[in-house]
Amino acid sequence: MHLQPSALHAAPVSAPAGMARAVASGCPGASVPLSGRSRNGHDAPMSPEPGDTDWSAQLRRVAEGDRAAFALLYAHFAPRLKSFMLRSGAGETLAEDIAQDVMASVWHKAPQFDAARAGASTWIFTIARNRRIDDQRRAARPEPEVLDWGPEPEPDPTEALSVQAETDLLHRALHGLPQAQRELIERAYFGEQSHREIAVLTGLPLGTIKSRIRLALDRLRHGMDRS
Amino acid sequence: MTDRDDTAGAPHAPAKHPGAALLSAYAAGTLSESFDLTIAAHVSLCDACRAEVMSFEALGGGLLETMPPAPLARAMPEPAADRRPQATPGMQEAAARDGDLPAPLERYAGTSSARLRWRAVGGGVMQIILKAEGPGRARLLRIPGGMAMPHHGHRGIELTLVLGGAFHDGTERFARGDMQVAAPALEHMPVAEEGQPCICLAVTDAPLRFTSLLPRLAQPFLRI
Repeated sequence: MHLQPSALHAAPVSAPAGMARAVASGCPGASVPLSGRSRNGHDAPMSPEPGDTDWSAQLRRVAEGDRAAFALLYAHFAPRLKSFMLRSGAGETLAEDIAQDVMASVWHKAPQFDAARAGASTWIFTIARNRRIDDQRRAARPEPEVLDWGPEPEPDPTEALSVQAETDLLHRALHGLPQAQRELIERAYFGEQSHREIAVLTGLPLGTIKSRIRLALDRLRHGMDRS
Repeated sequence: MTDRDDTAGAPHAPAKHPGAALLSAYAAGTLSESFDLTIAAHVSLCDACRAEVMSFEALGGGLLETMPPAPLARAMPEPAADRRPQATPGMQEAAARDGDLPAPLERYAGTSSARLRWRAVGGGVMQIILKAEGPGRARLLRIPGGMAMPHHGHRGIELTLVLGGAFHDGTERFARGDMQVAAPALEHMPVAEEGQPCICLAVTDAPLRFTSLLPRLAQPFLRI
């Protein structure tokens, strides 16, 4: 299998001037992925490991209006969003439209992103999921009651680091997953089959993520009790 | 989560919770609207399941991150000069009291808990049908204490979320926030607990596309 084309090269990006600077300078805290990864990572030795780029940090820059950071996020996520939508059954045009729409939402909603709560890819996934549902239904997706995640206006850096570490771990585990298992998860997420199978899947570090969130929710509830 | 059996999924869901299969399908966005609504309402009342949904969202993020990039046809549009003002996710008034509707349900009922317009369906049972696109039918039920819960069908997975009062199914007591997941074959005879009425959200029919073609039988008792 040949290497996937670079996310950057795949997108005929007419980047704002800032983007070229960001790429050239290495953009502190971020390295630009030079190539995409194959599905299971085995035959893409040149690919960077997941986590080489701190997408959460880039999202925080986008929240401050940093267009170069947005261009980096776009170059990475837009082709993956399109790929995700194509696998979900969207046609070429719709997949492209949704990918573009989701990235526009990323730009507009970036100030709401909380790195202490979820990784950048998780946050972008939820925007894409809701966008796909909006396409299929008249009503917006029913969401749980909103919880204020914490009293601090600034995200808790320790919590954000835990999220980052867990996210990296999960992405590495996904890369290392046997193809058959990967396809099982994909089929469930793309609505092609029951979720019963992924419910019994083992080997993915979802338990640690769940435990941390549970702890954060407990702290949140107790904080609310005091107030 | 010592009270949870994390390996189970519907229809063998852990007692009183939706189970990993439904929670992951909710996170993936592959459920019908009425099932989405029921899970959103349960998650509003259950932190364990909220955490589980968020971990499945992280898995979705992982899938997205590890997709092979597809070439884009169009160039990146210039980001808008002004951001559209986004609704700040402030704290919603949490539905705290027994019988109050969680926020996602209030939206579907079209009113606050205090102003619900119940319709009698016989035997003292009242209901409100919620408008959700099919497959799946969602309704609020208000069953007088001590009365048997009306059967609402066994053609697919059936979800019952208690919002006020409680019911017993012979072995378990289900109170506010508890969800009963009943498989088509399950024989159960739930009875509302003596005292205050049991208010619950009941959703029937198949949640997933591949089972959505199961026939829907007439339900004369509930006039549906």
